[in-house]
Amino acid sequence: MNQAQTASGPILTTDGIPLKVSLKKAERINKIRAFLLVLPLLVFILITFLVPIGDMLARSIDDRQINTVFPKTFEVYKKWDRQGLPSEEVYKTMFFEVKNSEGYQIGKASTRMNYSKSGWKSLLKKSKRKFKKIEEGPYKEQMIATDKRWADPEYWKALGQMVDPTTMGYYLNAVDLKYDSNKDIIQQKENRRIYNKTWIKTFKVSLLVTFFCLILGYPISYLLATLPLKYSNLLMICVLLPFWTSLLVRTVAWMVMLQQKGVLNNLLVMSNLLADENRWQLMYNQTAVVIVMTQILLPFMVLPLFSVMKTISPTYMRAALNLGASPLHAFYKVYMPNSIPGISAGCLLVFIIAIGYYITPELVGGKDGQMVGNWIAYHLKTTLNWGLCASLGAILLAMMTVLYWAYNKIVGIENIKLG
Amino acid sequence: MSQKDSFVKFEKVDKSYDGEILVVKDLNLDVPKGEFLTMLGPSGSGKTTVLMMLAGFETPTSGEIYLDGNPISSIPPNKRGIGMVFQNYALFPHMTVKENLAFPLEVRKMQKSEIDEKVGNALAMVELQDFGNRMPLQLSGGQQQRVALARSLVFEPRLVLMDEPLGALDKNLREQMQYEIKHIHERIGITVVYVTHDQSEALTMSNRIAVFNDGKIQQISSPDVLYEKPNSSFVAQFIGENNQLKGKVKSINGENCIITTESGDDIQALKINVNNNGDSSLVSLRPERVAINSSENFENNFEAKVKELIYLGDHIRSRVEVCGNDQFIVKIPNSYMGANLKEGATVKLSWKASDSRALDLN
Repeated sequence: MNQAQTASGPILTTDGIPLKVSLKKAERINKIRAFLLVLPLLVFILITFLVPIGDMLARSIDDRQINTVFPKTFEVYKKWDRQGLPSEEVYKTMFFEVKNSEGYQIGKASTRMNYSKSGWKSLLKKSKRKFKKIEEGPYKEQMIATDKRWADPEYWKALGQMVDPTTMGYYLNAVDLKYDSNKDIIQQKENRRIYNKTWIKTFKVSLLVTFFCLILGYPISYLLATLPLKYSNLLMICVLLPFWTSLLVRTVAWMVMLQQKGVLNNLLVMSNLLADENRWQLMYNQTAVVIVMTQILLPFMVLPLFSVMKTISPTYMRAALNLGASPLHAFYKVYMPNSIPGISAGCLLVFIIAIGYYITPELVGGKDGQMVGNWIAYHLKTTLNWGLCASLGAILLAMMTVLYWAYNKIVGIENIKLG
Repeated sequence: MSQKDSFVKFEKVDKSYDGEILVVKDLNLDVPKGEFLTMLGPSGSGKTTVLMMLAGFETPTSGEIYLDGNPISSIPPNKRGIGMVFQNYALFPHMTVKENLAFPLEVRKMQKSEIDEKVGNALAMVELQDFGNRMPLQLSGGQQQRVALARSLVFEPRLVLMDEPLGALDKNLREQMQYEIKHIHERIGITVVYVTHDQSEALTMSNRIAVFNDGKIQQISSPDVLYEKPNSSFVAQFIGENNQLKGKVKSINGENCIITTESGDDIQALKINVNNNGDSSLVSLRPERVAINSSENFENNFEAKVKELIYLGDHIRSRVEVCGNDQFIVKIPNSYMGANLKEGATVKLSWKASDSRALDLN
């Protein structure tokens, strides 16, 4: 009689408290302890990683900067029908805002305005100087008199791209597109299309590096996983040795090795394998980037491969041989399928690191070997176009997310193993 | 020796891994067709190395192994056609049970229909018809063991090797599998070479047992002979429980001899491998062959003091001190008589001369 009741109602502990409530209570302290243990790291990551990334992502679409310099102008500008030239009112507000604002603010704004229509910067610089002489209105004619460009509707139309507090302009830039003066999306001019080429190159180099890392790393990982401990330890040290050496030192060493008058070419010429005038061009191009990055990223392939291969019992191969498979067949059918988690982890890791790599292409890539990372650094440090940096970075991030998602769909993320 | 008697033949086989220590020394062994031979020994005794040489994963340092009359040292493992059950089964984790079983057939390029039929038969043999599409890790230990067994037999090898196949199973399952393997062997009449360190497993399953120690076969004979008539103190100690009384040979009289222990007691024993008066010897005696307070007439009768009684349900294990040895074990059936013993009591122990075997001391 009681059985039916207990089965339908919640299970109670001996004190009469529902079991689930009691269990939650008992586990709460553990949960709090676990949370407190990760709290310092969580705070650290939040402050040093998530917040900056969020800020960067916001910058990629943020267009408010200029609105704070010319708030009133934009206010009246919005009423303009975008036909011919704007009214006197627009000219007038623009005049006062240019005249009364601080020089550095004009600088900031004009940089942004130059992205939409080159010429704005010099126009504003010049006007800031000349406007001082103009005492009273009407302003439209006087402004045009200082510089003819004030009468060019293209300049005024370009302002329309900046009215909204957000813009997709940086993203368009990052894939060789832009807004025209009517806010339609068009291709960049032929000679300014650089990013799509760079994207393709970045992918190509990353794929090649990943491929070569796998080809070179797989056998060595296999050896590491199957050798007796005393030899495998030594080999492991050799694999990890590059980790202990500065990245710059290694890269420079490669420059010594690969340049036209470098060690490799000299050796080939000395041994008469290569004519002196036909020295290979191995430095300051994509080849150099692929060679050096492969060497630098190899440990990131070997370590996950090794840790997975270590768990593949050698008896699998023995069993396959014993059952009649040739060594090659046994490897292909039995060993390799079991090493797939390591292959996936290694490839994903190397590819992710490679696609955002900066220092090596910078040093050995020359003009031909520049990758997206180099453009990000260039805009970050030289042109100070942080919006474009942010959008390039955001596209990289989005690509990795898509790749990760696709990988999860095809192979399954549980098939990844780092140890 | 006729062809039939030596299906597998080891001839003067030595094996060393490092050039300094021989792990297998001058091994000569013949396994007739259809026999279930067990290699039994402590770990490091070389038994697994022998198995690996037979499977082709290790090469003999010297000597030759013959299979069905042909030398096989130069044949790679995948061409030997020998089935093997590995210690941890070595089922391919990325393949289903059926794919595992089909693997040896596929590499032999058999027809799809033939493969399906053989896989079905093999699954039926180990009673796992419903588990063909499972992954190995979804099976229990005992089921995995059976799949491994089926896989080693599915391609109809001439010989099956088993390397401690039941080591990972719990006791009940192990005993059940012992019978299953034994019955499959009896049914299909295949030759089996089995390696284990578990003596009860060896006694249960084998036609013959080869006891290994230190790279050598110490004794090879049927289970009953091995248990009843061990011919060295190592075998006596290794197989079953055993009482040992240390002493020196006092006199030899044909098949019998008298051993004097350090406490000065004279024990009548069978002369097994002691040769001269004054030699050191161990007298080996099974606990179940010792009678307590018996009125029957035995050659050996001694006073003993009960040191410890351990209650084990069906029998009482009593440790007594006799002939200067206080580790002497006597098994007393839990009947009316045994229950009356008290620790510290003095009892009379007696046993036959034919049950005490005078062995060399090594």
